[in-house]
Order: sequence, then structure tokens, then C-alpha cells
Amino acid sequence: MNDVVIRVEALSKRYRIGAKEKADRTFREVLTDMAAAPFRRLKNLGKSAPSEETIWALRDVTLEVRRGEVLGVIGRNGAGKSTLLKILSRITEPTKGRAEIRGRVGSLLEVGTGFHEELTGRENIYLNGAILGMKKAEIERKFDEIVAFSEIEKFLDTPVKRYSSGMYVRLAFAVAAHLEPEILLVDEVLAVGDAAFQKKCLGKMDEVSQTGRTVLFVSHNMSAVQSLCQRGVLLRAGQLALDGPIDEVVKEYLTYLANGSKHAFDDNPERSGNGLVRLTAARVLDESSRPSQHLIAGRRATFEFAYKNASEAKQANVILTIFNHLGVAVTHLDMRLTNFAMGRLASSGKFLCTVPDLPLPMGQYRVAVGVQVNGQLSDLIPNALVFDVESSTFYDSGRSPAVKWCACMVKHNWSHDISEPSGSSRNDGEQNVVRS
Amino acid sequence: MSVRLDEPKDTRADTGEALPKGEPSAGPAVSSLAGADGAVTVIEPRRGWAGIDLKELWRYRELLYFLTWRDIKIRYKQTLLGAMWAIIQPTLTMLIFTLFFGRLAKMPSDGIPYPIFVYTGLLPWTYFANALTSASNSLVGNARLVTKVYFPRLMIPMGAAIAGLLDLVIGGSVLGILMVYYSVIPPAAVLLFPLLVFFTFLLAVGVGLWLSALNVQFRDVKYVIPFAVQIWLFCTPVIYPTSMLKRYEWVMNLNPMGGLIKAYRACVLGHMPLDWTALAVSGGLTIAIFLGGTFYFRRMERTFADVV
Repeated sequence: MNDVVIRVEALSKRYRIGAKEKADRTFREVLTDMAAAPFRRLKNLGKSAPSEETIWALRDVTLEVRRGEVLGVIGRNGAGKSTLLKILSRITEPTKGRAEIRGRVGSLLEVGTGFHEELTGRENIYLNGAILGMKKAEIERKFDEIVAFSEIEKFLDTPVKRYSSGMYVRLAFAVAAHLEPEILLVDEVLAVGDAAFQKKCLGKMDEVSQTGRTVLFVSHNMSAVQSLCQRGVLLRAGQLALDGPIDEVVKEYLTYLANGSKHAFDDNPERSGNGLVRLTAARVLDESSRPSQHLIAGRRATFEFAYKNASEAKQANVILTIFNHLGVAVTHLDMRLTNFAMGRLASSGKFLCTVPDLPLPMGQYRVAVGVQVNGQLSDLIPNALVFDVESSTFYDSGRSPAVKWCACMVKHNWSHDISEPSGSSRNDGEQNVVRS
Repeated sequence: MSVRLDEPKDTRADTGEALPKGEPSAGPAVSSLAGADGAVTVIEPRRGWAGIDLKELWRYRELLYFLTWRDIKIRYKQTLLGAMWAIIQPTLTMLIFTLFFGRLAKMPSDGIPYPIFVYTGLLPWTYFANALTSASNSLVGNARLVTKVYFPRLMIPMGAAIAGLLDLVIGGSVLGILMVYYSVIPPAAVLLFPLLVFFTFLLAVGVGLWLSALNVQFRDVKYVIPFAVQIWLFCTPVIYPTSMLKRYEWVMNLNPMGGLIKAYRACVLGHMPLDWTALAVSGGLTIAIFLGGTFYFRRMERTFADVV
């Protein structure tokens, strides 16, 4: 069972920056381009092509995947994860290098590829199945199973354009989950759908990997990656940065992310938004209002964000999401949740968000921050801040629960009523506590 | 990107390090995707021209069926008259042409009543124009598919052109009614009708391949098509008979649709013998355009996902 099914050798892919815009160029532009080309070539004589014009989305990536291995591919946006999967699924060609794949490949780069709005759920199951590579007979055989998994029996003959987005995703994933190739390439498809369904999908994915199938799994959800994969590769700027046991790779990635947050406010490829109001700096303040990376649970913590407003915007809404080391969103802080009236935006200023008793267990955290102006995203920095929680005074005992059982601490009180008799029920009670 | 299913005898597979021999696949039944059992798919930059991979097309035949089926299903969704449009469109055009060209302009029609004369031309022409247009816009219209799944891209314009055949069949019923009405008894050559339809399909796909590949890069194509189709209509003997061109009738042979429309009339109406020379020239040109289209398409195909 140890044979290599995917062998990637020095695989590279170069994109021309702005290639997307160039797609829509007209004949006239091409003609002027062609006319100007000889002159440009003369001018650049002896010089190599300017490097700003191209970007290596993938550079000299070499790796091997053995049969039955479930490989997690992680890295920041733009690190080349999707490009790697696109090349292996033959959607796009590499610029250099080669890859060999032994066996049938199924790729799942998006949920619901080829779904047609006007067609019914039933029709879309067939269409989507065929597009993903299933045979008609195979779809027919699995049809009932797919429908049951999707939980949309009642709407099977309704056009999917009338579906809620949740139903749409469930149906789409149900089809995809029943794809049974020897090698499965999956790209961040679990980022959609509600939590319960995500869990169900993870279960199904886990099942798939148990059957000895080879899976390449790209995700930002570190807990999903860690639970599904044994081995991981970390891509950084198109290059293979690390290849090893998944826990090691995830740890390296999180450290890397933490370092990355130093540059979160300048030249951050993960930043997005229309820029009406932009954040310029962020820091965490401890209970004595001193900047700190290391916080104590149960004490006050303040998140501070400096902004610049170069537009006419008068109002903004700021949202924070705190992620733990597994990439799980632990909590979400939002001006709207507290009915905060900020007053008028100035041309620059600071937003401060204070958490009185920080309820986070010990560990490493990342803060994503977003600014909305008139309902539009003005600035979004997924890795604005990183901090550690190092000790806890959250509970009076000074203890804190094991991280394994706790993503967020909750104040609670115990009481004890004595009732007669029964010794055995107490044992049951203890077991329940341990299990939950 | 060159993707070959290397048979053991393929020497190029041995230039790289050979993969260890695969065990027969374990686990439950697997779906057939890119690659047959135990086959090695090699992915590397591809240069130069590539022909059609018939084996691969055959493997994906069911997808072609589903793409065609989808195009047919959605064509008349949420319309009141549904497939009636396949009759209304050519029939109304026929009536308008009969009024303006037949009655008012007194266009000659080789002694055949003008309505049936123009309809035998309009029916294949309508199919050709629609198939050509939808094939040309198909890649851009299916951009999501192109960037997210792999399958032979040829399937997209082909599926679009095949879907239009249903309209041709439905529109054919009007031709039947007209033939009964004008008591036209078709000659034995009518048996060639399916062959003519095949060539019309091939021509529509052939031109569609060129234009759809160009459309990916230059969206100008979208604006050129309706205009070009209209000009092509006037260069084709749909409204008028080729006999009108007298001495220059041979020029019409350079337009592959010209020879085909002429053959359609000869097959259905039997008012004149089949012009084998014209048909042969049309057929030859059609095959050339189709082959050229596939080669051009296959060459451009590798950048579709990056550019579309």
C-alpha cells in the first residue's frame, strides 16, 4: 500500500499579473500591442523580462503522495494551494515541471459546479454528478443516498433558484460527497454551509479517507485539517515551505501567521475591502492599558485599532472575530451587538473594544478585524492581531479547563441538593461530565 | 499541458522515473474519471498543436449527453409557449419573407411556390445560425465550469450545437405540412437529408470552435456574431435561388452553406437534380473548417481557465 500515486516534480506556474483584465481586451488593443511589440523588444534588448509583470503562483514544488494518504495543504491566500490543485485536476497547465498521477482523479474545487438555477434539484443531481465525473448508472444507484444526505427530499422537484442558500449548499455537497474516485482533490469546500452540516460533511470526508482513498485537502480550518490528515505540506509564496506530520506543519503555519501579523497593515495580500475607511495599526492592551502580546484570562483586555478616513464616510461598523489555534472562531465582537453609537467619524482616530473578563483558555489567538461603511466592507484584515493567553484568573480557583475541552470559558455556579437514596446515579453523572 | 494516458508501450512514460506498479484498486466501486484503471496521467506543459483525443471524448460521452440535455431543458424554461418557439420562429420568418421577397419583390424561386421554397432554406439556416451563435458563446457562458472542473472542452460548443437539433426536428414538422399542402413528393435523394443535417452541424461546430476560442480572449466576438450571421444569410441562397446568379453561380460554392442549402432544396423539392460538385465542395470546405477549428481550439484550450 506504500506506492506513490501522485508525483509532482518541480512544478511551477507563472501568471501574468493583470491577466484577468487582459482577457477582456479588444482587437484594437491587440493590434496596437502587436505594432508596438518590435519596438518594445528593441528597447528591452539584452534585458530580461521585467519581473513585476509576472508572478510565480507555484514555484518548483516537488512532492510525493502515497496511496491512501490524506494530505493537508495549508498556506495563506495566494500561497499557491489552489493553483496546485488546479494543475493536478488538469484545469490549467503548469508553466514548468511535471506531475504524474496514477489512478482516477476527482476534484472538488467548488461546491455546486455546474448547478443550473432553472433546473430542479433532481435534474441538478444528475447534471452535477456527470460534471464531477460520475456515470449515469452510478448516479442512479446513489440517487436515494444523495437525496437522504442532502435532506431536501421535499424540494426535489423545485428549481434550485428557489432554494435557500443552505439548501443549495447541502444538495451540492451531497452530490460531491458521493464521488468515489481513487484520488480526491478538495479545495476549501467546507467554508460554506451551517455548522451542523459542516460537521456532517467532515464526517463523510473522514469516512472517505478511511476507505484507503488518497485525498489532497486544502483548507483554512485547522481543526478540520488536523482531524482528517496525517501529513501536511505548507506552501509559502508558491514554494513548499514544509512537508511533515500534520501537527508540526500546522504549528509552523500558525507561527508564520503570527509573524505575518507584523506586516498586517502594509502590503498584506490577504487584506480586502473598498478602502473608504482603512485601519492603520492594531494592538492589544492589558488591564493596565499597556500594549501586550500576552494576556491573562479573566482580566480586562482592550483591542485598539487606529483608522484613517480619507472619504466622506460618517459612520462605520467595526467587527472582530477571535480565532483559536485550531482556526475555530471562538467569538465575534461587533458594534451592532452592543448598540454602540460611535458618533461621527473623523479623518483619523481609534476604535477601542474592551472585554472585561477575557474568557479565553490558554493558547494562541488570532484576531480578524473588519470595517463596514454603509453595509459595504471597507477594510478586512484576517490576521490583524495575534496574542497569547498565558494564565488565568477567570475562575476564582485560578485553574482553567483543559484546552481540549474548552474553546471559551463560561462563568458558572454549582449547587448541590441532597436527595435519597441511589449511589449508582452519581456514577452516571460523573461519566456525563467527563464525556461532555 | 500534455495529458496522455500512457500505455505500457509508450516510451515517453519511461523517460521519467517510472511509478511503482499500482495494485489493483482496493475499496468500493470507483467512478470513472480522468483516467482508466491503473493508467498514469502525465501533466506537463504542452507545446505546439494537438489533435482531437477521440479516446478521451468517448470516455466523456455521457457528459456530452448531459450538457446537451441541460441546454435543451433550459432553453424554453419559464416561457409561455415553450417548444412552440421552434415552430413560430421559422414560420413567422417564412411568412414575412414570402410577403416581402415573394409577393412584393417578386423574387424568382425556380418555379416552386415561394413559401415552401424559402422554408426549405430557412429551416436549416435557422438551425445553423442558432447553433453557431450558441456554440460561439458557450465557453464564455460556461466560464464557471471551465475554471472549476476538467473535461474535454470540446464538449461545451458541441453540446450547444447538438441541443439546437431538437428545434430543427420540431421545425421540420412545418416543412411536412407545407409539402402536403403544396403536394410536393420528395425524390429518392431525400434520404440524404440526415447527411446534410450532419454537415450543417459540422459546419456550425467548426465555425463555433474558432469563434468560441476567440471569444474567450476577445469579447468583441460576441458583438460580431449577430452581424456576421446576418451578412452570411444574405450571401447564402435562402431568400433567392442560386440560378439568379447565372454566370457567377459557381461563386456560391465557396460558401459552404450555399452548397448545402442548394442540396437541401434538391433533396426535398426535387425540382432540380442534386449538384454533386457543389455539395462536394461544400462538404470539403466544411470538413476543413471543422478540422481547422478543432486544432485551433485545442491549441487555445490550455489557457482557457486562466483567461476566461
